[in-house]
Amino acid sequence: MIFNKLCRRFSVIVGGLVSMLSMSAARAEYELNMTQGVTPISRELYSLHMLVFWVCVVIGVVVFAAMAWSIIYHRKSKGAQAANFHESTTVEIIWTVVPLIILIGIAIPATGTLLDLEDAKTDADITVQVTGIQWKWKYTFVDDDVSFISSLAQSSRDVIKDPIGNENYLLEVDKPLVLPVGKKIRFLFHSNDVIHAWWVPELAVKQDSVPGFINDSWATIDEPGVYRGQCAELCGKDHGFMPIVVNAVSEPEYEAWLAGMKSEAAAAASAADQEWSMQDLLAKGETVYQANCAACHGPTGAGIPGAFPAMTGSAIATGAAEDHINIVVNGKTGSAMSAFKTQLNDVDIAAVITYERNSLGNSVGDIVQPSAIKNAR
Amino acid sequence: MSTEITHDGHDAHDDHDHHGPAKGLMRWVFTTNHKDIGTLYLWLAFIMLLYGGSMAMVIRLELFQPGLQWVEPHFFNQMTTMHGLVMVFGAIMPAFVGLANWLIPMMIGAPDMALPRMNNWSFWILPFAFTMLASTTFMEGGAPAFGWTFYAPLSTTFAPDTTDFFIFAVHLMGISSVMGAINVIATILNMRAPGMTLMKMPLFVWTWLITAYLLIAVMPVLAGAVTMMLTDRHFGTSFFDAAGGGDPVMFQHVFWFFGHPEVYIMILPAFGIISAIIPTFARKPLFGYSSMVYATASIAILSFMVWAHHMFTTGMPVAGELYFMYATILISVPTGVKVFNWVTTMWKGSMTFETPMLWALGFIVMFTIGGFSGLMLGVAPVDTQYHDTYFVVAHFHYVLVTGALYSIIAAFYYWVPKWTGHMYDEKLGKIHFWWSTIAVNVLFFPQHFLGLAGMPRRIPDYSLQFAEFNMISSIGGFAFGLAQVFFLYIVIKTIKGGVKATDRVWEGATGLEFEHLPSPPPYHSFTEAPPVK
Repeated sequence: MIFNKLCRRFSVIVGGLVSMLSMSAARAEYELNMTQGVTPISRELYSLHMLVFWVCVVIGVVVFAAMAWSIIYHRKSKGAQAANFHESTTVEIIWTVVPLIILIGIAIPATGTLLDLEDAKTDADITVQVTGIQWKWKYTFVDDDVSFISSLAQSSRDVIKDPIGNENYLLEVDKPLVLPVGKKIRFLFHSNDVIHAWWVPELAVKQDSVPGFINDSWATIDEPGVYRGQCAELCGKDHGFMPIVVNAVSEPEYEAWLAGMKSEAAAAASAADQEWSMQDLLAKGETVYQANCAACHGPTGAGIPGAFPAMTGSAIATGAAEDHINIVVNGKTGSAMSAFKTQLNDVDIAAVITYERNSLGNSVGDIVQPSAIKNAR
Repeated sequence: MSTEITHDGHDAHDDHDHHGPAKGLMRWVFTTNHKDIGTLYLWLAFIMLLYGGSMAMVIRLELFQPGLQWVEPHFFNQMTTMHGLVMVFGAIMPAFVGLANWLIPMMIGAPDMALPRMNNWSFWILPFAFTMLASTTFMEGGAPAFGWTFYAPLSTTFAPDTTDFFIFAVHLMGISSVMGAINVIATILNMRAPGMTLMKMPLFVWTWLITAYLLIAVMPVLAGAVTMMLTDRHFGTSFFDAAGGGDPVMFQHVFWFFGHPEVYIMILPAFGIISAIIPTFARKPLFGYSSMVYATASIAILSFMVWAHHMFTTGMPVAGELYFMYATILISVPTGVKVFNWVTTMWKGSMTFETPMLWALGFIVMFTIGGFSGLMLGVAPVDTQYHDTYFVVAHFHYVLVTGALYSIIAAFYYWVPKWTGHMYDEKLGKIHFWWSTIAVNVLFFPQHFLGLAGMPRRIPDYSLQFAEFNMISSIGGFAFGLAQVFFLYIVIKTIKGGVKATDRVWEGATGLEFEHLPSPPPYHSFTEAPPVK
């Protein structure tokens, strides 16, 4: 019997797969299903997901069982004679109306959940503006004047050829977003360049950040912990390399972190008033370059021909310092070169310009001081 | 009367050479014959399937294990983009047009398509369009790397100069599709044999008629989208540029107003094919013919009203999200009707399981799985978690690979004995089916898990918890790719020779092409209209 043969073939395959999975389960943890998350919304989404899933499973079992029954019992080789019925308005009405009722059963809880999900505006305790930038995230605490950029951690960049064993590979950032538990946090999404999407599965927040628009979403985190996510909308070359890390902590810890961020910003501002040596600027510039510029202009300044210009020997990086400062500070409209005045402080910009002019195969020899950047803003 | 002419037509065409094909290469360049053009379309589709498939192999190779081992991220994005464009516009759509060319005149009792010269032109545009598109891979800046959905401003302000080649190529594909659609409509409405009323037409003809209207309605919208891109890029407009007062989200509305009907363009003809194959091998007439026609029409109409379900995370007003959710899940009603009708057609039939039937059954099961995940995706709040993950990738590959592509392969096995006069090798056909079906599930089923566990789509590298399923998926991918090379061998073998097919081909086959034409049919199918019962 072909059918028995097929059954045997199937069981071999399925058995093989199962043993493969159980083998790998020993090596690494993985999930089969959506996370329940740590917010009221994420749990609502999970139960809605499971509801629709089970509805599909039940319908699937009925339909496939009917099919299997015909395949097994209504086969010519078993001597089945074909009936000739081919129309029944009653039956057609039944299988139009019954699914319709099931769909209404899904639509009712889905509507409630959607209304909860979209309720970002009422009673937010903290507002965080999230700006998507190719290929990093900028977080601004609107009420506290704290702002910083979060990009892929160097620990992930270093092992990109062979990441096996690297904990949180591609899901680690240099500066995580710290948020307090138990507070309603309203996120405002915006983009500097192309469309990105900020997604943290455990928070059940996925929202596009669109240039020219401000979108919103919200989360109230119930449990302290580290929650990781990624950009979910294709945003160019390094779309896969702009993770999100949310560190949910108790309120006192959050307040302490906020105070630390403020004093850090103050220290950076005073550093901008000093004269910097070439050596210090070059050292700092290299770090800034690798974190902010290398994605397009290349780690060695070679760029990507036809897509992103090279730094080595470029007319701007070897020309007048004012032009170089201008393009880094204000960006170039109509291109992927963004205005770094909104992303980096004076010292960082001065350092990276000095680095670009005196490294990566260039040797102009001049120093750009933070004060020059301050004036150019 | 007509059967007499057509029966000896094949052997006789050498005596009447104005009825037979021209000789040599120029036959294919100048041909206005629906069978020749159908063959050209099908070969183009096959070449594009292998080309798009080879890019899928690059993608699965890079995703075989975590870390960047084989290609750079920029090139990876080019691969995902070109894979999508080539498969949608180069493989699936031309394959269905090829089937329409071969089958519609034979099914409605016509000698040829209504507009044969336009038919030639609409095919011959395509090789140039795809050559142009593919050539960008070797240019500075590379091929399109912004996804087959080419969302602005990534595809406008932030895209390399080669994007202009892409825009022109899409224009050409659109022109070709619209001409093909006009031809299908003109043929079906004007050239049916006497007695072939609309409600007697085979469902493949019905589904293609409706598909053709969809094409005419939405290909110009796509042309509009790429034209706006072009003027944004070069002529100072700001349709999609927020800095100039434009709206990047409007691009998505325009694109998906094309894009959602487009996915039905790629599945409605498949419904027609399955509705032909299931009754043949169940030896029982199709259950609910008229409800199938109405369901197809309902799906087509609904397809214009659901586009923004691709955009639940773009920040739509909640009223918009509610409407698009309700409209979207409503589509599962007519789609369900189709599946129920097929299952009831099999019920109390006298079934056999030749290769075309296996592919058709595979279609029903796996397309239904794709439909279930589609229903889940349609539920707007939960789409927050599914959107832009591998769950979506799994969903649309179940409907497009095990849906659309499976129906095309089923159609090949079902009608190739009619076309060539040779039976394919049944054993090889069955091996092809089981090999493909196991591989395709190993390939795409784990992607559901990946998506639910949080893996975004369109990423060249991933964190370590996704490693196992990606490796399994890649293994399935390589096996599935190899199975289609095996298919190429089967196709060539069948064309070159094989057991002579009978005129009826299948015991349970019905329709003018099986009842009134020999295998292979004469160069001009019906020089006189056949009788229609």
